[in-house]
Amino acid sequence: MHPAIPYVTASVLFRLGVYGVLVRRNAVLLLMAVELMLNAVNLVFVTADATVKAELPAGGQVFALFVIVLAAAEVGVGLALILQLYRLRATVAVDEIPLAEPESQDVTS
Amino acid sequence: MTTTDVFLLVLGAVAVGSGARVVSTRHVVRAGLWLVVTLGAVAGAYLLLAAELVAWVQVLLYVGAVVVLLLFAVMLTRAPIGASADLDRDGWAGALVGTGAGLGLTALFLDGYRWQLVDRPAVGSAQLLGTQVFRNWVLPFEVVSVLLLAALIGAVVSSRPPAGGS
Repeated sequence: MHPAIPYVTASVLFRLGVYGVLVRRNAVLLLMAVELMLNAVNLVFVTADATVKAELPAGGQVFALFVIVLAAAEVGVGLALILQLYRLRATVAVDEIPLAEPESQDVTS
Repeated sequence: MTTTDVFLLVLGAVAVGSGARVVSTRHVVRAGLWLVVTLGAVAGAYLLLAAELVAWVQVLLYVGAVVVLLLFAVMLTRAPIGASADLDRDGWAGALVGTGAGLGLTALFLDGYRWQLVDRPAVGSAQLLGTQVFRNWVLPFEVVSVLLLAALIGAVVSSRPPAGGS
């Protein structure tokens, strides 16, 4: 097995993810591109685990599992934020979000 | 070229091709469906790389849960069903940065590994991984459970309707 093949696959996937994050305007599509990047990192972890003899066995796979769990948590929180944004502004286009703090807004929570 | 190499090449091509569709398609729903193909191909690559448990967790969590959540979000934000023209902004900056990062990583990996041949590792069992998680990685495991709780509470709190509104 040549480890160069999955490594190059992972770097191309990462490249696609970076491109997607920078280019997409829809926040949901942006999250999908982030998932692509996380998958590329996982692929590197698993490939390294299969090719490098580490002191702890299966360390790369354990890391990949942790990354998968973190990705699930990230998607949950991200989608909650996107839905709240849609409820407030009726849009999910990330470049239409006003970054400045609104001047007068009664904050009652 | 061994059989594993051929399969890895094919799965990598599938993953990259459908990944390119994810970031370039004009249909929001189709992007989610192409993402399923990408994640499935990566799961197949995990199987070939002897990471059996990671592959099935990938299928369960990513293809099962994450993509379903994303499609839910697509529908709840009333994304148009047909093609929409304004999904992308100008692409040259993204292409430049992405290609730069990708080429850098590719050069790094190829410099590190060249075309060397590695024995295919023995198929890792769930038992080995479970032993590792609960023996050497217990503290991170517990921290992750706290983080999941925090994410759960955060998602509930931040998706509450605004106070005073309906």
